[in-house]
Amino acid sequence: MLHVVSAVDRARGINRIYLMQGAWKVKVKNNWLKPVAAMAAALSVTGLGADELNMRQGVTDISRSVYDLHMLIFWICVVIGVVVFGLIFWSVIHHRKSAGAVPAQFHESTKLEIAWTLVPTLILIAMAWPATKVLVSMYDTGGEDMTVEVRGYQWKWQYKYLDDDFNRTFGFFSTMATPQNEIQNQAAKGEHYLLEVDKPLRIPTNRKVRFLITSEDVIHAWWVPDFGIKRDAIPGMVNELWTIVEEPGVYRGQCTELCGKDHGFMPIVVEAMPEAEYDAWYVEQLEAEEIRKEALSKVFTPEELMAEGEAVYGTFCASCHMPNGKGVPPVFPALDGSAIAIGPREDHLDIIVNGKQGTAMQAFGRQLDAAQIAAVTHYERHAWSNNVGDETQPRDVIEYMAGQE
Amino acid sequence: MSEVIDASHDHHDHHGPAAGLARWLFTTNHKDIGTLYLWFAFLMLLIGGTMALIIRAELFQPGLQFVAPEFFNQMTTNHGLIMVFGAIMPAFVGLANWLVPMMVGAPDMALPRMNNLSFWILPFAFGMLISTLFMEAGGPNFGWTFYAPLSTTYAPETVTFFIFGVHMMGASSIMGSINIIATILNMRAPGMTLMKMPLFVWTWLITAYLLLAVMPVLAGAVTMMLFDIHFGTSFFNAAGGGDPVMFQHIFWFFGHPEVYIMILPAFGIVSAIIPTFARKPLFGYDSMVYATASIAFLSFIVWAHHMFTVGMPLAGQLFFMYSTMLIAIPTGVKVFNWVATMWQGSMTFETPMLFAIAFVVLFTIGGFSGLMLAITPVDYQYHDTYFVVAHFHYVLVPGALFSIIAAVYYWLPKWCGRMYDEKLGKLHFWLSFIGVNVTFFPQHFSGLAGMPRRIPDYALQFADFNMISSCGAFIFGFSQLLLMYIVIKAIRSGQPATDRVWEGAHGLEWTLPSPAPYHSFTEPPKITDADAHS
Repeated sequence: MLHVVSAVDRARGINRIYLMQGAWKVKVKNNWLKPVAAMAAALSVTGLGADELNMRQGVTDISRSVYDLHMLIFWICVVIGVVVFGLIFWSVIHHRKSAGAVPAQFHESTKLEIAWTLVPTLILIAMAWPATKVLVSMYDTGGEDMTVEVRGYQWKWQYKYLDDDFNRTFGFFSTMATPQNEIQNQAAKGEHYLLEVDKPLRIPTNRKVRFLITSEDVIHAWWVPDFGIKRDAIPGMVNELWTIVEEPGVYRGQCTELCGKDHGFMPIVVEAMPEAEYDAWYVEQLEAEEIRKEALSKVFTPEELMAEGEAVYGTFCASCHMPNGKGVPPVFPALDGSAIAIGPREDHLDIIVNGKQGTAMQAFGRQLDAAQIAAVTHYERHAWSNNVGDETQPRDVIEYMAGQE
Repeated sequence: MSEVIDASHDHHDHHGPAAGLARWLFTTNHKDIGTLYLWFAFLMLLIGGTMALIIRAELFQPGLQFVAPEFFNQMTTNHGLIMVFGAIMPAFVGLANWLVPMMVGAPDMALPRMNNLSFWILPFAFGMLISTLFMEAGGPNFGWTFYAPLSTTYAPETVTFFIFGVHMMGASSIMGSINIIATILNMRAPGMTLMKMPLFVWTWLITAYLLLAVMPVLAGAVTMMLFDIHFGTSFFNAAGGGDPVMFQHIFWFFGHPEVYIMILPAFGIVSAIIPTFARKPLFGYDSMVYATASIAFLSFIVWAHHMFTVGMPLAGQLFFMYSTMLIAIPTGVKVFNWVATMWQGSMTFETPMLFAIAFVVLFTIGGFSGLMLAITPVDYQYHDTYFVVAHFHYVLVPGALFSIIAAVYYWLPKWCGRMYDEKLGKLHFWLSFIGVNVTFFPQHFSGLAGMPRRIPDYALQFADFNMISSCGAFIFGFSQLLLMYIVIKAIRSGQPATDRVWEGAHGLEWTLPSPAPYHSFTEPPKITDADAHS
């Protein structure tokens, strides 16, 4: 049955493992039976698809050659292991005192020492050759059709589509979409638990996409297992990666460098789209970008500010200051009733725009536009028990930021 | 004053330890200090182990059950720091203190007062480190590798205590290694030439040089952190013109030799135990010495294999891939030599031998995954996943820790003059063996399936293997309490041990009475071929 599921899934080109997990869930209802069942399954390799036990082959030429290399080295190790462990067990069984074994007294052999130095050397050369070939092909970053800047933040990713023509660029943040009540076990966990985002990175199939990887704060790492690529996102440095995806589909990964509290909660989702669909989506994004720019000169009602502010707060602020504004003192202070959130607006804007040195509070002036900052400022001043009674509009933020320069 | 010295001099052979607490505080006796180190390491093993169990309890099921992510990060960080610097390293130093003077035919360590100091620094260093967990800002939470800027600009305020603690641990290690080098080079009995020394002494001599070489590098790294945090420098701060990747280069230039500091003495222990219970001399003694030296040399030129994903140029990646693969050669030589030692021996399987054989098999599995990790293009898929966690736990738990446990069972009768309970010892072995494999083997699979390390919660497809792993961890953790029971039972009421203890044991320590007298070899012993390395 598992094989059928994974075959259907393979045809769809999306990750198989989740569905297999789903099958598990149905078959084994009792949680306490699960380890036993899982153990039995792990032992009978044939009963499972290879995917749950092994590296995935992925969907790119690079990921497939990485998989082949992995299997080559693995089988070499298995053969050596069988020989070495076989000799140990043979010896343990036959050369034991209780079996009447009399100890031999040999204790050196230069010929043997030379043999078991030279043979491994040859094996290593046989491994290094294909490994070098794959590595060189991975470093071939030139000739790209498009470039995306990937920027890590605590704890989200920002994707910027770069283009020589500035009017054809745009960017957005990609934040984990799994709700807190699933994480806190108050709701059933969805199929893509912890591996789902509000806005995935979209790329076209069959085009060479170059990624420029960097970070705004601490070191993160950007990894999409199905593409066979992973690179650290390091503040002050730009790393390069590339991929060509042939199959449309949704591919999921996670941050793989410890980056603080929510390191486990910054997934990566890449949607590879057919080229025509992607181009249409790109045009839509450029139009949305125009609308965003227009918002900067608009005046919003308090209700509009609260609604937009709550959304911004949820994406950018809630992971530290918590959805209820209570924070996690002393590291992440509460905003509900805080001196800054109900004090002079200048100070409030200052900390949002410029962050606070030496703490985790980031300079959101570099992440959000004036309309978003205005909305979230207004929200923080009027949410929970806060009720300042003022209004913050995009132009207030623009004036404040201009005044700083 | 001089009268006192004269008086004690007259009764030198009968001079025993001081009474009460003063014995342990002011002792300069290598056996007392060795005992202190070993009990301290065991205490740290229990504390670090408790943290491991908190981690495994949280990871038993998907979702957050017991601890918040910030505390989870403090647990992973402190588990790593305590196990590396508090459990494994002090345990090896404790074994060196007990054994090196007896093995080379010396009365004591070369620098006894420094020996006392190097131990007594440790409780303060770890007391300070652990105390941060109870402070308002929380303990270190940036991983035991403490990469900047997470450990500098973004660190909790308590990071300064962590830095001071690391400095103290480093000072202790440096003093300990100077003492070991001085003892081995100066205090060998006449006739104990370098190439007659037991391999445990050889591996510790090389380890001590590694410590001397890299502990100052670690001290440099944390000092640069201290300056970045408090004095406005920008060594690791990109915004100030610094380089976060430089931190990783400095850290791993320390860190990779550090890895071998935790395994070379293990090689020495296993090279003592296998010949004893195979009743056959160690195969290829000379090649074992040369292999150890080669591994130590290579450890200085492979560090960046921990950093394949930082974006080094192709030539750098290739260099570190090739140099790392070379380590497999001397390591293979060692494994082949152990197998050849067992071959056509006359083996019995007392507890130390069981742990030693398990060491050879399971350490080799850790070696295989190490070789796989060395292959740069494939490492991209393994890097910072549970595959790495499985790899280094295979070399450190059934590797380093099993060798320490084997050593305790092997030499305990010599230390306290009493035998441990063999049945309970075997039970402890099988519980540990099963527990360790159930814990760490599934982590290979969750890593290959894509589970990143250091996360408090995980996607659903990793659930089964994490549950198995957590079950194994609790089996393994609690079976170490059995070790404590066995050791205390042996000390209090074990059967008296003979001087030779094991039928096939060779080496100077077995020529002493059991228990070994408070001062051994006040007269240099005569070295016979039988007493030279086994």
